[in-house]
Amino acid sequence: MGAAAIALLVFAGAFVVLFLWAIGVFNSIKRKEIAAETAWSDIDVQLKRRYDLIPNLVNTVKGFAAHEKETLDAVISARAKAVNTSGVAAKAQAEGELSQVLGRLMMLSEAYPDLKANQNFLALQEELTSTENKIGFARQHYNRTTQQYNEQIETFPGVLVAGLLGFKEREYFELTTEAEREAPKVQF
Amino acid sequence: MSEAIHTENPAIRGLPPNVTFHDLIRRNKRRSALLMVGMGLLVIVVGMAATALLAVYTGVAGDSVNLVQSLLLGGVAAAIVAAIAGTWSFYGGSKAILALSGAKEIAKKDDPQLYNVVDELAIAAGIPPPKVYLIDDTALNAFATGRDPQHAAVAITKGLRAQLSRDELAGVMAHEISHIRFYDIRFAMLMATMVGLIVFASDAALQMMRIHLWHGGGRRSSRRSSGDNKGAAVLMIVVFILALILMIIAPTLAMMIRMAVSREREYLADAGAVELTRYPQGLIGALEKLGACREPLEAANRATSHLYIVNPMKSALKGQGHELSSVFRTHPPLHDRIARLHALMAPPAASNRPRPATEASRGRA
Repeated sequence: MGAAAIALLVFAGAFVVLFLWAIGVFNSIKRKEIAAETAWSDIDVQLKRRYDLIPNLVNTVKGFAAHEKETLDAVISARAKAVNTSGVAAKAQAEGELSQVLGRLMMLSEAYPDLKANQNFLALQEELTSTENKIGFARQHYNRTTQQYNEQIETFPGVLVAGLLGFKEREYFELTTEAEREAPKVQF
Repeated sequence: MSEAIHTENPAIRGLPPNVTFHDLIRRNKRRSALLMVGMGLLVIVVGMAATALLAVYTGVAGDSVNLVQSLLLGGVAAAIVAAIAGTWSFYGGSKAILALSGAKEIAKKDDPQLYNVVDELAIAAGIPPPKVYLIDDTALNAFATGRDPQHAAVAITKGLRAQLSRDELAGVMAHEISHIRFYDIRFAMLMATMVGLIVFASDAALQMMRIHLWHGGGRRSSRRSSGDNKGAAVLMIVVFILALILMIIAPTLAMMIRMAVSREREYLADAGAVELTRYPQGLIGALEKLGACREPLEAANRATSHLYIVNPMKSALKGQGHELSSVFRTHPPLHDRIARLHALMAPPAASNRPRPATEASRGRA
């Protein structure tokens, strides 16, 4: 075998190794991208859970505090607005407002001992607390997966593969207003 | 706001530098595999020794060819046993542990809040929700088990469940879910089931030795043929080897149990819990309540004690509070864990100062 043939073989071998390595990096990036996308849609699942809870909650509160019409209407309209809003930033804003009016509704229950003792209401209250937490945790998880993805496509060697195949940086979920930053935790 | 934690990445400050969660997971998987292989080899060695002993005792191994054959036979049989036991440990270990601890699976309707809290933290960790179990005991404790996050369970005693507020419960469950996502559970589960099996096997071997010495002694005194004398000589060697093996097993077991429950593992799960909840006070409150409890958990034993959030053994409860450093202590002292959680809340600049919280919690522990 001539020297040229050996050189060719070495070259071809190096190329195959490089190619396999690039596939590995690509798969790793792709897996992280899918994880981030899944995390994003998981937030929607929790938001949907909250929409489903609200009519039930409003009806229960109505039974004990029908004259708190203003707050109840505010909850219903905030829900409708959140359901119908699209676009990441606008949606986040609408969801934030919904969290706030819901907080007000729950606060109001303090004034109604019968309501506070109602089993149905207590169960809904627990579900609402849990859903609010789940929304928060789902967002937190989304940001973590996004960070992992962004880190990989911005550092070596991911940056080479990402640049070549057009992987774009993903946006973090950020709360838009100062009021929302004040932990949208519902306190009872 | 003093209770606001600095969330750039609170968990990282609780970790040794340059250690990522990814590294933790890889290390746990590697250790689990090593444990499986190591235990398999140990079982084969013990099996060979036991078969040889049996062969010599029954007189089959009068000549050396038969002894080699019986050693081989024992090795193969032990390899089969090890393969079965290993498979069982890996796939059925968590069920065995849960059953042994008297834990009963609950559905959402049995305790919606507990169920919700677990669900929430599974979302935060990005893992499928683990199964939830209750242990009917008034002692305060909790643990997680399973082979991976897809097949995991958390268990909590009724006593602890009843004492904790929602935030504290979230702290405890975040700690357990961190064990799950770091794959601590796989290593701890294999450790528990294999320690159980080894203890059983070495007990059986010891029993055999005792029986053998009893009968063998009697046989030697009643003078027999020269073949029997030769057998007795080989037998003494085998007994010696077996005793040696058992002598090695016991401290190795103790060492491995300590490894499984290294303090580092608990600190990291605490840090991981705060990374999930972003609320160290929850776990701190829970740990303080756990520290105030003096009641041992009846269903816990030496093979499973390392699984729990605090050491469930009676001996450990006596030692808590004292600065008694015991080689048998499988968990870090609670006041130390609480102090570290307080450090997570403090702004970075302040973490160099002596921490007054340590003294306060030490008084309570």
